[in-house]
Amino acid sequence: MDFLNAIVALANFVIIPATVYGSQLALGALGVTLIYGILRFSNFAHGDTMAFGTMVTILITWWFQSMGINFGILPTALLALPFGIAITSLFLLGTDRVVYKFYREKKSEPVIFVIVSLGVMFMMNGIVRFIIGTGDQRFADGERFIISTREFKAMTGLQEGLAIRFTQGITVVTAIIVVAALFYFLNRTRTGKSMRAFSDNEDLALLSGINPERVVMVTWIIVAGLATIAGVLYGLDKTFKPFTYFQLLLPIFASAIVGGLGNPLGAIAGGFVIAFSEVSVTYAFKKVLGYLLPESLEPDSLVQLLSTDYKFAVSFVILIIVLLVKPTGLFKGKSV
Amino acid sequence: MSQTTAHAPASSNTLRLWLSTAVVALLIIGTGMFQSWNLALVIVNMGLISAIMALGVNLQWGFAGLFNVGIMGFVALGGLATVLVSMPPVEEAWQVAGIQLISGLLMGVATIVVAIVAAQKIAKARTRNITVVAILVVGFVLYRALFDPAVGKIEAINPAQFGNIGGLNLPIILAWPVGGLFAAAAAWVIGKTALGLRSDYLAIATLGISEIIIAMLKNEDWLARGVKNVIGLPRPVAYEVDLQRDPGFAETAANLGIDVTTASTLYVKFSYAFLFTIVLVILLVLAQLALKSPWGRMMRAIRDNEVAAEAMGKNVTARHLQIFVLGSAICGIAGAMMTTLDGQLTPGSYQPLRFTFLIWVMVIVGGSGNNYGAVIGGFLIWFLWVQVEPLGNWLMQLITSGMEDGALKSHLLGSAAHMRLFTMGLVLLLVLRFSPRGLVPEN
Repeated sequence: MDFLNAIVALANFVIIPATVYGSQLALGALGVTLIYGILRFSNFAHGDTMAFGTMVTILITWWFQSMGINFGILPTALLALPFGIAITSLFLLGTDRVVYKFYREKKSEPVIFVIVSLGVMFMMNGIVRFIIGTGDQRFADGERFIISTREFKAMTGLQEGLAIRFTQGITVVTAIIVVAALFYFLNRTRTGKSMRAFSDNEDLALLSGINPERVVMVTWIIVAGLATIAGVLYGLDKTFKPFTYFQLLLPIFASAIVGGLGNPLGAIAGGFVIAFSEVSVTYAFKKVLGYLLPESLEPDSLVQLLSTDYKFAVSFVILIIVLLVKPTGLFKGKSV
Repeated sequence: MSQTTAHAPASSNTLRLWLSTAVVALLIIGTGMFQSWNLALVIVNMGLISAIMALGVNLQWGFAGLFNVGIMGFVALGGLATVLVSMPPVEEAWQVAGIQLISGLLMGVATIVVAIVAAQKIAKARTRNITVVAILVVGFVLYRALFDPAVGKIEAINPAQFGNIGGLNLPIILAWPVGGLFAAAAAWVIGKTALGLRSDYLAIATLGISEIIIAMLKNEDWLARGVKNVIGLPRPVAYEVDLQRDPGFAETAANLGIDVTTASTLYVKFSYAFLFTIVLVILLVLAQLALKSPWGRMMRAIRDNEVAAEAMGKNVTARHLQIFVLGSAICGIAGAMMTTLDGQLTPGSYQPLRFTFLIWVMVIVGGSGNNYGAVIGGFLIWFLWVQVEPLGNWLMQLITSGMEDGALKSHLLGSAAHMRLFTMGLVLLLVLRFSPRGLVPEN
């Protein structure tokens, strides 16, 4: 019984939150890695792209709610999501046309692109704060729990409860659907194949008649989709706050690099590696160990390796280890 | 290149330099005349500090093409140095847990050193990995066992006032070079890992370290009281109250026709400006000498063509590490100066957009690769940063003046402050696009 309680506690506080967070990071890292593969720069504006997409979705959600439209037990934000993606796509395509295209035609160095993306980040940040403010926004509605602690306890008779929130379920399901669709697109469709060809060898792709502007356009649209979905899922699961999204940049980059920049499969693996390490290093294992160990050995302290304030340090340390040991990442990314 | 063509861009640069200096001077004098001299001096003082930060970043970016997005972290380390150098020590904390704390910290350092040595000395991969992990795990447990109780004891001492270890009670000016050393040490660790890999990796690694440094400052209460802030840092210059009490000062002020309160605040700000100018001039002269020396030429050669420089026998990674450490140290010095000027360390106030990205705008706008350009950029952008907010408010009032009162109007008025992020991004993009070499281009 104690053993089951330990497993339930572990699932409730580590496995489920980490899986959910990992899905969100994986979606974010996929966006970063696609930009890196096709446009060949690290996009520092990605966190703020997520914030922008989420903001648009929130505004549409509020509009829907004011008209009395809802999605039953699911959050209304899911209904608003397609519109959010569409507007974010337009916005990113506009940025590409006005800002990035010039440097692409000039064949500027990647680091110039990175600085340009900083400028874009500044402006997006300003726009988001201007429109929705800097505070916390909660926009999740619908049912709260798929299974609540009390129901679980009544069902199993265990001491420990297990709660799965709707937003958590939605996150994982959406992530699976999106990733499956993305991989189908990249591996099976003509446009997807041309994107991969362009990413592998630009000159060869151009020679075989692939239109680079079209590839770039499709990439931005997909990135807008991924960023908005990742942002909305994160916001539903926690709350929406522009500054938090900026801070997500570090774990997202860490995920993409750990998996191997430019490699979509790596981005997903990296997201989960970062999420699981972050959650398990900052979780206090006192409770779990309390169930597992005999009473005499029970720990007095919290058995928490690092306080939650240092969760960024976890992604950072993993990043450093990967850079030292295997700079190309777990799955071979493009890297020098 | 013939003598005349080589001379032409240099002289047009000189012209641009004088023109932009004149513009900045006019802007500041204008502020003094139309707003207040007090505000003008406030802008000058932070402008001097910003110029020093921009000088440091220009060293890294303009000389070597290194992309550092962790400026905030190095600046904050400088701030930490002021507390550790200038505050009086909390005697009780040292009596209760001093030895324990130090041995804990030494344990932590020893663990890392032993692990690194083991990783280098043991040849067989599997034995090495197991040994290193074992050393780290055992070391970490010992470190926590020594360190945690010490921290607990220290933080329990009169937490409303202290709860930290205090400092060395030395003059605060000494904190400026110490801040530089702190930043240099952090930069060395980062540079050692991330340099020599692709350029974006350095960017991400520096972004990470700066977030961690801020998290550390916020949470390690024993070190500098965390978010409870350290206030009342000693000053390197006189206090207004003392000046006002001084009959000689009052007399001079009366002779100049200024009332004594205003005179004392202006005097204090002038003293700071004087100190900061000395530091700026020293660093600027050093940077100019470095730029013109064989070392500076080598740096630019590496920047412009790494492969060729490497083929000429230059150790690119080692030179990059050198300049990265130097540039970060300058940011650390500036950070210590800024905290000295504020008179308090408030870890909550370090924002990456303000302390990292704004400095980047300064460097790019000023002219990357040109030290004078970086200084001018520092002043100009700082001036804009301060003045755009009232300007934005005014503009927004103008726009909304025709609207009837309501939620939209108050929202627009309330959000006007965020426009300066937008403006800074716009300035950065416009300069990069239409004048990528900046106001005062590299010679």
